[in-house]
Amino acid sequence: MVRAVYVKRGQVMNKKLQEQLLKRSKAAKMERFGKTISFLALMLITVTVFAIIIFVASKGLSTFVTNHVNIVDFLTGKNWNPNVTDSKGQPEVGALPMISGSFVVTILSALLATPFAIGTAIFMNEISPHRGAKLLQPVIELLVGIPSVVYGFIGLTVIVPAVRSVFGGSGFGILAGTFVLFVMILPTVTSMSVDALRSVPRYYREAALALGATQWQTIYKVVLRSATPGILTAIVFGMARAFGEALAVQMVIGNAALLPTNLVSPASTLTSVLTTGIGNTVMGSLQNNALWSLALVLLIMSLIFNLVVRMIGRKGAMSK
Amino acid sequence: MTKLLETHDLHVYYGQNEALKGIDLSFDEGGITALIGPSGSSKSTYLRTLNRMNDLIPNVTITGTIKFRGQDVYAPQTDLVTLRKEIGMVFQQPNPFPFSIYDNVAFGLKLAGEKDHERLDQVVETSLKQAAVWDEVKDHLHESALSLSGGQQQRVCIARVLAVSPQIILLDEPTSALDPISSSQIESTLLKLRTDYTIITVTHNLQQASRISDRTAFFMNGEIIEVDDTKKIFMNPAHKQTEDYISGRFG
Ligand SMILES: Nc1ncnc2c1ncn2[C@@H]1O[C@H](COP(=O)(O)OP(=O)(O)OP(=O)(O)O)[C@@H](O)[C@H]1O
Ligand SMILES: [Mg+2]
Repeated sequence: MVRAVYVKRGQVMNKKLQEQLLKRSKAAKMERFGKTISFLALMLITVTVFAIIIFVASKGLSTFVTNHVNIVDFLTGKNWNPNVTDSKGQPEVGALPMISGSFVVTILSALLATPFAIGTAIFMNEISPHRGAKLLQPVIELLVGIPSVVYGFIGLTVIVPAVRSVFGGSGFGILAGTFVLFVMILPTVTSMSVDALRSVPRYYREAALALGATQWQTIYKVVLRSATPGILTAIVFGMARAFGEALAVQMVIGNAALLPTNLVSPASTLTSVLTTGIGNTVMGSLQNNALWSLALVLLIMSLIFNLVVRMIGRKGAMSK
Repeated sequence: MTKLLETHDLHVYYGQNEALKGIDLSFDEGGITALIGPSGSSKSTYLRTLNRMNDLIPNVTITGTIKFRGQDVYAPQTDLVTLRKEIGMVFQQPNPFPFSIYDNVAFGLKLAGEKDHERLDQVVETSLKQAAVWDEVKDHLHESALSLSGGQQQRVCIARVLAVSPQIILLDEPTSALDPISSSQIESTLLKLRTDYTIITVTHNLQQASRISDRTAFFMNGEIIEVDDTKKIFMNPAHKQTEDYISGRFG
């Protein structure tokens, strides 16, 4: 008798539970909604990125497909003058001057910025953590936020005349571009180097000091060595930024599509030719397509920078 | 006769807070001394004062004297580099550098400017053997020390200290982050080292203290309540507080 009542009560409860389980609760609905929104956002971004890559690639490749320019000639040719055809009836679209210009300013500015960035990071994180961070952190954040036109303008009014008075010539060229880029990438490389040093655990420093290392030995034998992957990432990030910077470089480099033979005569980079040229060509023309090819080279390079950063990250994670 | 290491009326303050309240304790050559006591009784503070690792903490005030072979450890002319080579330290958390096992052990010698590869190889080998981890790592000396187990890492850390041939080795709860098997391996390592080195170890594990130490000092609230032969402390303590602590009534 009692048992039967229990069974009956059990059945009623089961039914109620079943209904509750089948009906979606409000929280579950909210969750679904949130997931859908974030998935859509992700999709949108992915589609945009791929659309950009495909667009640039198709435009950039049409120089070779539609206009039948030899891709090797494009990458190794020394003359850039898309309006003119050479003796073989081929348009002059040798991108080597710009490609090498881009690489030279990028590498030089990174070489110049790296010691300064590491030195500043060591000061901020190891030697004077309190004062250093309080003083330099805001300065660095401010420098990151300055628009590139301002850097270009300062380069134009300060650096170019300075180069001119020291080395002669016009003052425009790789050297001026390097200086401007150096100032521009310094804050990025520095703040990322600071992060790299900061992520070195305190107990590595303690262990080194307890073994009789001086503070300086601790810094360069333990802290810098442990932070190497992070610092390399910082440098590559800085290089990526330098490689892609357009406006400031264009203002000081002189914009002559010539293979750079020295540091103080006018030269050009992929970005500077793009920004000066893109408004002056007709869509679909060879001149326009050739510029898109330059953009494609830029895009591929920035993908390569990205890959390098990832590779360093993975190697750093593996050695830990 | 001068003691190997002696502290006299040692006070340590963190800001206003007095962590050590006049410690008199001395150590002869050889043997293992265990420092026991409840959490916050300033065992680590005492240990870190001996090799001046407390210098790194801001707002620390230290009064009293510490003498290492009669030489004032806190005298202005004392060379920190030499002091810390003579008085090595092993930490609670195994902390090998993210380098190879070899580079970890050779670190101290390379700091001192040793470049002779044969000598480096030899010291690395003997140190790892002394730390009883050679057989486990000898085939991958050039792999990252971080790929080892916690217990192996801790023994590599011991080898790293041994490589600079210190006279005293300080250990702050060297096994508390390790499993029982690794712990007992560390214990037998320490027992092997006790004839050649003077070992001072902090431990919360009373059985460990009774198993490995020759002498035990009981800390409470920044004071030493009792210090004596380990047997005496555990069988027949002179103070009620010591007895309460080792019988697990508090702490
Ligand atoms: N860096 C520090 N700054 C300020 N106070 C500290 C510092 N280190 C330790 N103290 C204080 O000193 C006292 C003793 O700490 P200590 O770490 O020496 O004790 P302990 O006996 O080693 O404890 P445990 O067994 O938990 O490791 C505690 O009250 C602690 O709060
Ligand atoms: Mg402690």
